[in-house]
Amino acid sequence: MTTLDQPALGEPGGYAPEPDLGTPPVASQADATVTIDGRQVTVPAGTSVMRAAAVAGIDVPKLCATDSLKAFGSCRMCLVEVDGARGTPASCTTPCADGMVVSTQTEQVQRLRRNVMELYLSDHPADCQGCARGSCEMQAMAVTVGAVEARYGNGRDHLAESSYDASNPYFDYDPAACIVCSRCVRACGEVQGTFALTVEGRGFDSRITPGGTDFLSSECVSCGACVQACPTSALQEKSLIELGMPTRVVDTTCAYCGVGCSFRAEVQGTGEDTQVVRMMPAKTGGANEGHSCVKGRFAYGYTNHPDRQLHPMVRDSIDDEWRVVSWEEAVAKAADGFSAIQRDHGVGAIGGISSSRCTNEEVYVVQKMVRAAFGNNNVDTCARVCHSPTGYGLNQTFGTSAGTQDFKSVEQADVVLLIGANPTDAHPVFASRLKRRLRQGAQIVVADPRRIDLVHGPHVEAAAHLPVLPGSNVAFVNAMAHTVVTEGLHDEAFLRERCENVDSYLAFIARPENSPEATEEVTGIPAEQLRAAARLYAEAPNAAIYYGLGVTEHSQGSTMVMGMANLAMITGNIGREGVGVNPLRGQNNVQGSCDMGSFPHELPGYRHISRPEVRAIYEDLWGRTLDPEPGLRIPNMFDSALAGTFRGLYVQGEDIAQSDPNTQHVEAALRSMDLVVVQDLFLNETARFAHVFLPGTSFLEKDGTFTNAERRINRVRPALPPRQGKDEWQITCDIAAAMGFPMPYAGAHEIMDEIAATTPTFAGVSFARLDAEGSMQWPVTDAAPHGTPTMHVGEFVRGKGNLVETVYVPTTERTNRRFPLVLTTGRILSQYNVGAQTRRTANQTWHPEDILEIHPADAHVRGISTGDLVELSSRVGSTTLRAEVSERMPAGVVYTTFHHPVTGANVVTTENSDWATNCPEYKVTAVEVGVANARGLTDAEAAARDEREPAGRS
Amino acid sequence: MGNDIARQLAHLDEEEAVTRIVAHLDRFWDPRMRRTLQALAAAGDDTLDPRLAAAARRL
Ligand code: SF4
Ligand code: SF4
Ligand code: FES
Repeated sequence: MTTLDQPALGEPGGYAPEPDLGTPPVASQADATVTIDGRQVTVPAGTSVMRAAAVAGIDVPKLCATDSLKAFGSCRMCLVEVDGARGTPASCTTPCADGMVVSTQTEQVQRLRRNVMELYLSDHPADCQGCARGSCEMQAMAVTVGAVEARYGNGRDHLAESSYDASNPYFDYDPAACIVCSRCVRACGEVQGTFALTVEGRGFDSRITPGGTDFLSSECVSCGACVQACPTSALQEKSLIELGMPTRVVDTTCAYCGVGCSFRAEVQGTGEDTQVVRMMPAKTGGANEGHSCVKGRFAYGYTNHPDRQLHPMVRDSIDDEWRVVSWEEAVAKAADGFSAIQRDHGVGAIGGISSSRCTNEEVYVVQKMVRAAFGNNNVDTCARVCHSPTGYGLNQTFGTSAGTQDFKSVEQADVVLLIGANPTDAHPVFASRLKRRLRQGAQIVVADPRRIDLVHGPHVEAAAHLPVLPGSNVAFVNAMAHTVVTEGLHDEAFLRERCENVDSYLAFIARPENSPEATEEVTGIPAEQLRAAARLYAEAPNAAIYYGLGVTEHSQGSTMVMGMANLAMITGNIGREGVGVNPLRGQNNVQGSCDMGSFPHELPGYRHISRPEVRAIYEDLWGRTLDPEPGLRIPNMFDSALAGTFRGLYVQGEDIAQSDPNTQHVEAALRSMDLVVVQDLFLNETARFAHVFLPGTSFLEKDGTFTNAERRINRVRPALPPRQGKDEWQITCDIAAAMGFPMPYAGAHEIMDEIAATTPTFAGVSFARLDAEGSMQWPVTDAAPHGTPTMHVGEFVRGKGNLVETVYVPTTERTNRRFPLVLTTGRILSQYNVGAQTRRTANQTWHPEDILEIHPADAHVRGISTGDLVELSSRVGSTTLRAEVSERMPAGVVYTTFHHPVTGANVVTTENSDWATNCPEYKVTAVEVGVANARGLTDAEAAARDEREPAGRS
Repeated sequence: MGNDIARQLAHLDEEEAVTRIVAHLDRFWDPRMRRTLQALAAAGDDTLDPRLAAAARRL
């Protein structure tokens, strides 16, 4: 917001907030044409007069209204006169009727507004900091309405003595500046769905409170929606208090989870001196529509954390000290080393791993380097350890490896079946959308061993919580389908018209061993409860499946994905809005890295490497012959390394030593290699085994695209140049060139042009088109030039939907007397993945260590109480962490997150993996838990703290 | 790893299971892994699922 002595907003090159039209858009078939201050404007019928005025370019003063929230009508600033109507209605709550004639600037309304504003100012500190900063909408409004003197008092707030709340690490609450417009309260409810804020007291004494405590101890999840909604400086980002107002805006995309929220990076300064003032979620963002979570909005501090590495380094052995060298020397050492290994041990002795955190362009050049410069197909991506079963399963059944819907589709769903996912923690902005839909009356069935927040929360009550025992997913989904088919609830017409293998599948699923009664013992779900859930799903007009890693990270992950696809097909819940099978992807660019041909058997666009006509496209363009045989997957790379046939590895932005299962095995494999090249922001765990370290760029420095879980291709734009002096794609290209295969690009946009030219589903994508359209969901083709929000409409990508017989085969990981409990793993809101980024931000406040959740009965027999240090051991290893006794867990199952290296939850997980894709079985490990010896850290843990994380584990 | 695939296809009759295993190994396995498997099968390694061994001989 502006003050008189600051440059006007919206000046070219200056800072301007996103326009605020006052009230949300209205969807309506009918139009209304109104005349406002002499200007005619046509809007959907039911649109508020305020919004219509804004559309016509007329700003009506407002305080309690903002276009992310339903109109409230409390502040009386927005009064207007309507011809033929009595009085001065509030424009925010008055809907447009056809032919209406409105005046927004009559003398009468101007006088009334001035009065109202003077009243507000009389109870507002005259020296309010918001004024000085220029961040206060009210102050700007006061100037607009000409309220300069406060005739009703001297501007001293009656709450001035109330406590200033600085407990949240990212924003402050100053009750003195609060005008009780309740925008924050409504944002917390309507937008975020947490309902942490309330108005306490009445009239003049009313004030906002986070449930009678401070923000940090409250239910608040620090999403920042209230801060964004606040028109004064009562709720304000700490960063803005410290730095002042931003001076320019860069539109970009969050680099955390697969929701892929669009942001305006609001910054000060230019070039290398650029500083982020705040990240503001963009209302125009297709995935998030103006909302965000604590990670995206606030946790960007890691980008200039002191641990960030800015110089290339090399060493001859992993026991040596790192030596800072020039880019040329580092690239040469990597390239020469790789070439030497190939000379001595064969073409297939080296490979690369790309990262789901990197852009499509950065990932594409890695697979290109491996296939063309290395001359093999030993390329894989960290999606291997999370969503590779999604790729396999959806490809087999539907014909392509992607979620079927956009996020908005959930607004049309009547029943949501949520399996093995915890969106309020792992995909928060999608969770907010989902909760909004549930408040409107949709129902949710939660199938997850843990009682997650969506089972029971403010204004959310699941129709059923099915605590499926870890490892029994396929039995569970088969029992659901069995119920549907044997009770005659399936959609026969859809099956006959759209699917194949119908009769054999129906016969298979109807077999008695798939019944809820027969599977009850394995799944732990009472048959009647399961039948009720199946009926609810099958009978809903629109039923949608959403799932997460609780589905994929199993020995039958791929089978389970196919089982869910079957369930959607037999009920006809595919191919329109409100339905579908939707993976919630972990990392920001899991979808993109899979799309970009990062798997050893697939070229970009999920085309198998054995297809000569596809290879020919690349062979012609690149001038190299491609190997028609699939290469090594990540686990195979490790096995081959230990066998001595795989000796050199390029790892882009991925901490395989920490994120892959069975850490000891991985470490031994890395140790046995001749050359490990790590490209990352930080000296991560994997870098302990590296010989060449190439510093990477943070998302604030990247130019490119991310593709989110709804196949939405979003632009990532640099707010500042690469801090280490080189784009990440350029580093990869330099290595390839040094190995004799130049990959010249003038910029990231040329990489996207190559992707579009070679991949049919990306045919219509370019940076220019993305800049014009905002974002697009692939396939973007001649037939769908603006992208494809819903897939498989009318026909599946593979033609007919393929019903696959999904036989339940129990995992070989079994509990026994020594290891009687099952460990399953998950995530928490404030941390992200292995935590390399979030641990380097104030998000540590909420989750300083990994916690083991254990059921009271299991805790009791072991003498464990909350807060105890416990030893968690499995057949492969053990670790120590703190316990929390929790009824969220069913008896027999324990749970932890894996965000902290010192815990190393993966020390205990096994080498079991999905039969089809080798995705590790993180979700099922037989373990025992016992109170740890009364002691401090072990030597190893102390070493981990001291060495692995060199500075400032803030 | 190969045994896991065989276990998933245990419900099929012998011929179809072996055909499907072969197809899977062709599509997703690096040749050196296939060679290792072939060598194990040739050496009569009895930890191999019999259908996997049959598939290995047909690679
Ligand atoms: S930050 Fe989010 S959760 Fe916390 S009070 Fe504000 S709106 Fe509610
Ligand atoms: S929901 Fe995901 S993409 Fe959106 S802000 Fe949070 S971490 Fe970023
Ligand atoms: S903006 Fe309309 S009453 Fe507050």
